[in-house]
Amino acid sequence: MPIKLRPGLVIGGFTVVEPLHEGGMATLWRVTHPDHPIPLLMKLPRIDYGEAASQVVGFEVERMLLPVLSGPHVPRFIAAGDEDDQPWLVMEQVSGQTLKPLLDAAPIAPERVAALGALAALALDDLHRQQVVHLDVKPSNLLLHRAEGGIERIVLIDFGLSRHAQLPDLLAEQFHVPMGTAPYISPEQVLGVRSDPRSDLFALGVTLYHLATGQRPFGFPGSLRGLKRRFYQDPLPPRSLVPDLPRWLQEAILRCLEVDPDARYPTAAQLALDLQHPEQIVLTDRADRMRRDGTLARTRRWWRSLGMEPEKLAARAMTPRAPLIMVALDLKQRDMELDAAIRDTVQRLVATAPGSRLACVTVMRTARIGMDSNLDAEGRNRHVKRLVALRDWARALDLPDHRITFHVLESPDIAEALVEHARGNAIDHLIMGARGMTGVRRLLGSVSARVAAEADCTITVVRSRRAVTEAGGSDAMHGAAPD
Amino acid sequence: MRIGFLADLHANREATEACMKALSRAGCKRFVFLGDLIGYGADPAWVVDFVRAQVAAGAVAVQGNHDAALREGAGGALHAEARAAIDWTRARLDDAQRSFLLGLPLAVEDGDRLYVHANAFDPGGWAYVHNALAVERSLAATGCSLTLVGHVHDQALHYTGTAGQPIRFDPVPGVAVPLLASRRWLAVVGSCGQPRDGNPAAACAWLDTAGRRLTFLRVPYDHAGAAAKIRAAGLPETFAARLEGG
Repeated sequence: MPIKLRPGLVIGGFTVVEPLHEGGMATLWRVTHPDHPIPLLMKLPRIDYGEAASQVVGFEVERMLLPVLSGPHVPRFIAAGDEDDQPWLVMEQVSGQTLKPLLDAAPIAPERVAALGALAALALDDLHRQQVVHLDVKPSNLLLHRAEGGIERIVLIDFGLSRHAQLPDLLAEQFHVPMGTAPYISPEQVLGVRSDPRSDLFALGVTLYHLATGQRPFGFPGSLRGLKRRFYQDPLPPRSLVPDLPRWLQEAILRCLEVDPDARYPTAAQLALDLQHPEQIVLTDRADRMRRDGTLARTRRWWRSLGMEPEKLAARAMTPRAPLIMVALDLKQRDMELDAAIRDTVQRLVATAPGSRLACVTVMRTARIGMDSNLDAEGRNRHVKRLVALRDWARALDLPDHRITFHVLESPDIAEALVEHARGNAIDHLIMGARGMTGVRRLLGSVSARVAAEADCTITVVRSRRAVTEAGGSDAMHGAAPD
Repeated sequence: MRIGFLADLHANREATEACMKALSRAGCKRFVFLGDLIGYGADPAWVVDFVRAQVAAGAVAVQGNHDAALREGAGGALHAEARAAIDWTRARLDDAQRSFLLGLPLAVEDGDRLYVHANAFDPGGWAYVHNALAVERSLAATGCSLTLVGHVHDQALHYTGTAGQPIRFDPVPGVAVPLLASRRWLAVVGSCGQPRDGNPAAACAWLDTAGRRLTFLRVPYDHAGAAAKIRAAGLPETFAARLEGG
C-alpha cells in the first residue's frame, strides 16, 4: 500500500509542505530541504490507480533522464528514491506558468505566438543537443519562466515520454501503441518512431497553430484511425481562420506540420532563427493557402501513408544535424583577399552540409555614450548600405534564399554583439576574419580572439595567406572609432 | 565507490595496462577481473602476476574457461588453436601462477552484484549469454540486481522489461547508464585483451555504486605492439591479426 502524503511528513530528508497538483499519472507536492534553499517539487507516480505499467515506466524514464539533463531549459534534478513501495523524484520548482492558460485567450497576437515559438524552439534545440527528444511537447509542458532581468525563457517539463539516443529506451520495447498526446503527436510517432527530434517540431507546430487560431489543427482524435487522419488530411490554413495572420507565420507553422519530417525545419534552431527574424522567412505556396487541399491530393497522400514504414522513418531520423553557420564580416575595413578567403571557407562548409543555413552578419559600431539613434534617416541609410554590401559579398556563394539570411547589428562592443547573436540564434559555427598585427589591434585587442574565447560555438578564424600589414588597417570587425 | 571491471584479458599486457590507467583516471579504487586472464596473448605470466597482486590488495577475480583449461587434460572444449595457446601458456607459468588461476572462484557475490565469467545458471559450463533466452536464464538464476560477465567479447547491457522479458541495449562508450533499481541488469563488459567487433580498442567498464551508473569504455592501446609480441612468440598468426583487426 503506497504511503499517504500529508504536510509535515518527511520522505528521504524532504519535508512535505502542500499538494500542488493531482494529475492522472502523478501527484506533485511542494517540499523543502535544509540543504536546498530553492523551491522544490516532489513528483510521485500514482501506483494505486488504473493502468499502472505505462505511468510507472514514464516515471522511470523521467528518473533516468532528469539527472543527465542540464542547462536553463530543464528543471534541475535534486534527488530520487523509494519510500516503501512509493518511488519519488525531487526537482527544482521553476516559477512561471505553462502555456496552457494562454489557449483560453487564443487567438493571441501573431508577434507573441512567434516570440513564444522561438523561445520553445530554443529550449528544444538545447534538449536535442543533449541527445534527447521530448516526444510530448504541448502547452502544458512548456513553462514560461521570467528569469532575472525580465528575460523570458521556456523551460521544458515532464520527460515521461522522452527518449535519449544513448540510453536504454524503457518505453519503446514495452508498448506497441502510439505514445503521445493525441492532438500533438507527430505522424511518425503514431507509427512508433521515437528517435526523430523533428517530431517535437510537429508538436510545437500544433501548439503554435492553436495559439494563433484558437483551434486545433487535427482536433482531438480518440482512436488510432483518428490519429492517422493527419497522414493525409492537411489542417485548415491558419489564415483561413484568422485572415490578418501574417503570411510568414502561416509559412512557419505549416512547415512544422508537414507529414514528412524531411519537409519540416531540419532543426529546432532553424525554426527559432526564422521566428526571430520573420522578415527573412522565405514564403512558399504554404504562405498563400486559404483552403485545404482537394480530394485528389488527399487521396494521393492517403495512398502514400499506407506505404510508410516505421523502420525507414527511423533510419531517416538519424541524418546528421543541419548546422546554422554564421559569418561575421567587417564592412568598414574591406580586404579583398580576406573577403575571398572567408567566402572560400564558407563555401566549403555549406557545401558539405546541404541542410545548413548561413547567417551573414555585420556590426555597426555605435557610440558607447550619447544619442546614436538608429531611427534617423542617416542611421537607416547606413543600415541599408551595409545590407546591400552583405548581399553583394554573399552573391558569389550562390545560395538559395531559404538558406541565407542577413543581419546588421548595432553595438558599441563588436565582439560582444557577435557572441550574443551567435548564442541567441543557437549558431553552431561562426566564421570570421583576422587581420595582421596593427597599431589599432595592439591598442584594442583582437575581436576574433575575444569571440573565440567567449562564444559557445565552434569558431573559425580565417586569414588570407598574404600577410596584410598595411598601415592604417585594423583588426577585423573593430572598425575605426564611430564617425 | 567506483569499481572497475576487466574481462577476457587474454594475456594482453598492453591492453590491461591501458584499461587500468583509464579506469584509475575515472576514479576507480576497486577492481574486478571477470575471468580469462590467459590464452591468445604473449604475456600470460605478467598478466597473472598483475591480477594476483591486485587480488592481494583487495580486488576480486573469477575464473574463466581459458584459466580452467590449464588443468592437465582439460581444454578439450577449446578449439585447436586456443588449445595450442593454452599448452604454450602452461609452459610459461610457474606453479604459483598456475595454482592461482586454478584456485579462482567461478562466481562471487558482492552485495547486490554477481561477478561471473560466463553466466549465472551454470558458471562452470561456460554457456554464452548471447541471446534473449540465455540472458533470461542467467537473470533467473540469481537474486542479485546486477550481474557482470565477460566471455562474450562484445559489450552489451541487458535489462528486464516490466513483464520480466530481457531487453538488449548496446551501450555507447563513455556514456553513463543509470541502472534503475526497479529493473534487473546483466552487463557484458567486453573483452580487454581481444576485442572482436572490428574496433581494436580494449573494452572495460566502471560502476559508480552510489549513483548506480555503469559506464562502458573503449580504450585505444598499442595493439600493434601486442600483436608483434604474439608473432615473436611463435603463436598462431590469427591471434595477432585479431588484435589488429579488432
